[in-house]
Amino acid sequence: MKLTSSALPSSEQFRANREAHLALLQTVREAAEAAAAGGGAKAMERHTSRGKMPPRERVANLLDPGSPFLEIGATAAHGMYDGAAPAAGVIAGVGLVHGQQVMVVANDATVKGGTYYPMTVKKHLRAQEIAEECHLPCLYLVDSGGANLPNQDEVFPDRDHFGRIFFNQARMSAKGIPQIAVVMGSCTAGGAYVPAMSDVTIIVRDQGTIFLAGPPLVKAATGEVVTAEDLGGGDVHTRLSGVADYLAEDDAHALAMARRAVSHLNRVPVQNVLWQSPEPPAFDPDELFGVVPADLRTPYDIREVIARIVDGSRFDEFKARFGETLVTGFAHVEGCPVGIVANNGVLFSEAAQKGAHFIELCSQRGIPVVFLQNITGFMVGRKYENEGIARHGAKMVTAVATTAVPKITMLVGGSFGAGNYGMAGRAYSPRFLWTWPNSRISVMGGEQAAGVLATVRRDGIERAGGSWLPEEEAEFKRPTIEMFERQSHPLYASARLWDDGIIDPRKSREVLALSLRASLNAPVEPTRFGLFRM
Amino acid sequence: MFDKILIANRGEIACRVIDTCRRMGVATVAVFSDADRGARHVAMADEAVHLGGPAPADSYLRGDLVIAAAKATGAQGIHPGYGFLSENPDFVDAVEAAGLRFIGPSARAIRAMGLKDAAKALMEEAGVPVVPGYHGADQDPAHLEAEAARIGYPVLIKAVAGGGGKGMRRVDDPARFAEALESARSEATTAFGNPAVLIEKYVLQPRHIEVQVFGDGSRAVHLFERDCSLQRRHQKVIEEAPAPGITAEMRAAMGNAAVRAAEAIGYSGAGTIEFIVDGAQGLRPDGFWFMEMNTRLQVEHPVTEAITGIDLVEWQLRVASGEPLPARQEDLAIRGHAFEARLYAEDVPAGFLPATGTLAHLRFPEGARIETGVRPGDRISPWYDPMIAKVITHGATRAVALRALERSLVDTEIAGSVTNLDFLIALTRHDGFRNGEVDTGLIERDLAALIAERAADPGARALAVIGLAGLAAPETRGGVTLWQPLRRTVAWDGGEAVLEVLGPGAARVTLEGAAHEVRWRGDRWWVDGNLRRERIALHPGGVSVFGSGSLHLSPLDPLARAGADAGGDGLTRSPMPGLVRAVHVTAGQAVKAGDRLAVLEAMKMEHSLTASRDGTVAEVLAAAGDQVEAGAPLIRLEEEPA
Repeated sequence: MKLTSSALPSSEQFRANREAHLALLQTVREAAEAAAAGGGAKAMERHTSRGKMPPRERVANLLDPGSPFLEIGATAAHGMYDGAAPAAGVIAGVGLVHGQQVMVVANDATVKGGTYYPMTVKKHLRAQEIAEECHLPCLYLVDSGGANLPNQDEVFPDRDHFGRIFFNQARMSAKGIPQIAVVMGSCTAGGAYVPAMSDVTIIVRDQGTIFLAGPPLVKAATGEVVTAEDLGGGDVHTRLSGVADYLAEDDAHALAMARRAVSHLNRVPVQNVLWQSPEPPAFDPDELFGVVPADLRTPYDIREVIARIVDGSRFDEFKARFGETLVTGFAHVEGCPVGIVANNGVLFSEAAQKGAHFIELCSQRGIPVVFLQNITGFMVGRKYENEGIARHGAKMVTAVATTAVPKITMLVGGSFGAGNYGMAGRAYSPRFLWTWPNSRISVMGGEQAAGVLATVRRDGIERAGGSWLPEEEAEFKRPTIEMFERQSHPLYASARLWDDGIIDPRKSREVLALSLRASLNAPVEPTRFGLFRM
Repeated sequence: MFDKILIANRGEIACRVIDTCRRMGVATVAVFSDADRGARHVAMADEAVHLGGPAPADSYLRGDLVIAAAKATGAQGIHPGYGFLSENPDFVDAVEAAGLRFIGPSARAIRAMGLKDAAKALMEEAGVPVVPGYHGADQDPAHLEAEAARIGYPVLIKAVAGGGGKGMRRVDDPARFAEALESARSEATTAFGNPAVLIEKYVLQPRHIEVQVFGDGSRAVHLFERDCSLQRRHQKVIEEAPAPGITAEMRAAMGNAAVRAAEAIGYSGAGTIEFIVDGAQGLRPDGFWFMEMNTRLQVEHPVTEAITGIDLVEWQLRVASGEPLPARQEDLAIRGHAFEARLYAEDVPAGFLPATGTLAHLRFPEGARIETGVRPGDRISPWYDPMIAKVITHGATRAVALRALERSLVDTEIAGSVTNLDFLIALTRHDGFRNGEVDTGLIERDLAALIAERAADPGARALAVIGLAGLAAPETRGGVTLWQPLRRTVAWDGGEAVLEVLGPGAARVTLEGAAHEVRWRGDRWWVDGNLRRERIALHPGGVSVFGSGSLHLSPLDPLARAGADAGGDGLTRSPMPGLVRAVHVTAGQAVKAGDRLAVLEAMKMEHSLTASRDGTVAEVLAAAGDQVEAGAPLIRLEEEPA
């Protein structure tokens, strides 16, 4: 039951792996730091000179001291919009207020006045989606000029655009998920609906404003000349309009009021699973860098990873002798019972059947499932197609798609092709999806994609009677390989919110634990599976 | 032996007597005032009887009620402790008239020692040295000069009607006696209209050394001396036994004198003979003089118990129940050295003002004897002596015992009231005291250094911030963030810091621009890579850090925002808990800055409260006879015209 490890920390291989992982980590760390710096020193100085707290400090002062912060999309919009929107101009994540988990969404006004780029909208909606699925009270720290006008076509009209924010607020409020807004700056146009649609709204005196149209637009439309404060300041909204409920003296006061509001929510925690006392893994998570090969193509035993994530490194492996390329079993993460589904090679029919069986088991018992993805795909070839690997794969995909227990996915290596689907990729709505800096995601490997394209091309050339030199073929394949290499990089993926963020692998256990805890805020509903193709 | 006794006292001494009774199987009855219903001594006793109101005159000084309580509960004896009724001969008579035993000396012995002059005369008769002096009616200058020569220089000339240092002259050189006498007389005449003077031996470097005696009515033994020279304004602060620098010869001389004194009055029970000793040229057998006898158990008796191994309360009970002296002089010996420090709720820098408060946190170290009458959560009320505890240590040598005392004080944790703890710790580190160079002037002389505010160690302050942030408890020591730690502010009444939690059990605290890394490892706190001795205590009043002096921080309520209407409120507040003696103004009366508004009595001293500015009295908020807390508003002046 207790896993063993064949790691040799003093070995050359271990050290080389470690070096390579640290280099990958450093790249991500630098991106994360740049994102956290927001709009830069100058914008920050302008921000704080108005008596405003830096956006990340607002989040920190809202949360309990020492609260964990499970940040969502920390490197969102990385490399996009010519770098104009670090972290997509909004901070989002799960933290604790008075000991209860909440979702915080805080505009960063140092980034283009906190206006909404397409990725800002996507990140805001993703945070709301998590909150809705996990029943997390939402706290919006609003300081935004509304939609980013040059990008209006990509933020305004569509289903998952700006309007969806208020739709979500109303729907969550209807589900009894508290919506609290703290207006700490502008809240203009559509943005005005964030506080207006909240259950409770706090506004900072002489600093927060809420209006459908700001003074310039009012003047243009009606000729009326009015100051922002008289148009929609804190005094107006708490005394005359009733758009806001509490008037705060400054940021710190407003955040204290928001904390007080949370303390009065009267939310009774639901008990979904049988928690145990947490226990650290028997193997040091720090060794993950040494035991996981830096090159995705090098196979290794995924149990080396499991041993460094689960409580006491104890793992009740299910069906260990059947479908061995998929490892399934029960364990605890920081006291929370979990089922683990982890890749240990290509998926064969047996492995897919085993996966479907195990997910049924977890669903029956109400145990959350953790997917550790390192998958090049389902096995291909006549033998496998003929024995119906698509049918078996469909069983696993059905189980993953329709189970009602919380799913948490972590990309610890490759995530290619249909393997991504069977292992609860983004399209399968895991509650959280995290990636490691060494992970890669694409429909297939770059080499394979370039190979497919080259085969088609070669066939065309040869049909026309021509011939294709190997150098020409290599030249043809290069851009495809490069494109796949670029687009499968975790920073590229995370920038587009294909996941919830890249993490330091050594924090995997804590991240999983926080994700599980958040997921279990919501009751676990009974599962009703779709039809399994037998 | 008694089956049951009543303890006519409160606080630590009542608890201490109950401890011995319990060990001896004697049942105990406590008494209490309204203020002490929940007090420790009540909780410890087998039974307790309510006496009356909180004022001592309504409770602990009501001998009639005490005797009635003893009769009602069937107690056979009354232990008076110290203070209150312990040296009241009329009470002793009443106790005996009621058919009960007084656990202490006879009324006759108390009376004999109660009048200081008569006591001195009695002692002189018994051959006990008294401070040489001339108190005679013959005021002829030549006679006075002859008396001064007999007494031995230096001498002090004092106005008979004197006080406040007026008409007082110190004379070191016989050649200057006439001149000093002349000036003292003229000053006395001006000040008091009476030129008469007395002459006393001037003790250059006075030490207060007292001898513990114990008698059974016929015989007496002494249990060696205690040195109580560390005093401020005649309040003992730290006592020790034996006296540093004393010789066997002097100890024998003092002990014999003390035994003679006790036997001369047929003393029964525990008593103390106080001597003034001149330490200027070392301790000499001819350099001690009788001051007075305390006919009760002393506060500082535990140091004697520590060096002799004798339980003095047990002896009191045995002798009072009719047993002869439990030991002969030759059975008694000194083992090692002992100290006692008196821990008080008092504001030392503010002039040792008594303080009150609820002991939000209270923890004493292992390894020291602690005599206390309070528990965590108890209140130090303004009604009684604000003693929190006595800390007693014992060691093979003086140095060892003093180190143990220092260590015990450093490890003592108190929050909820200001205390003299830091002052006591400073005393244990005083070079002169460490070297045994003690005299009654030491504290006043070095007061500035002893109460110097030490800047709190930045590491300790960083730990206080950790406590204030709620990160001191193991289950809240911090969670992970994905990349950067979150920076937040932690504010208290008097400052703020930036806190970044780096992960479970690790945080960075930035105080005044300097960053400190705090870690929790192996059940201990580490700051900037070094293991710290400090402990963080959370309590209803905030956070305290103990181990390098006491550091207390109270959190700010982030929701509380003062309106803009604060400012000079024209209120005169009580600077300390006490009794309003008199109010000198009435509403509508015009006053000038410095005018006396009211008089407050606290700790046997009267304090005048004066107007801080010119103005008109708007309201008088207290009346003569009111018992008020520190900070209570007494007089409000009308607002100044803008």
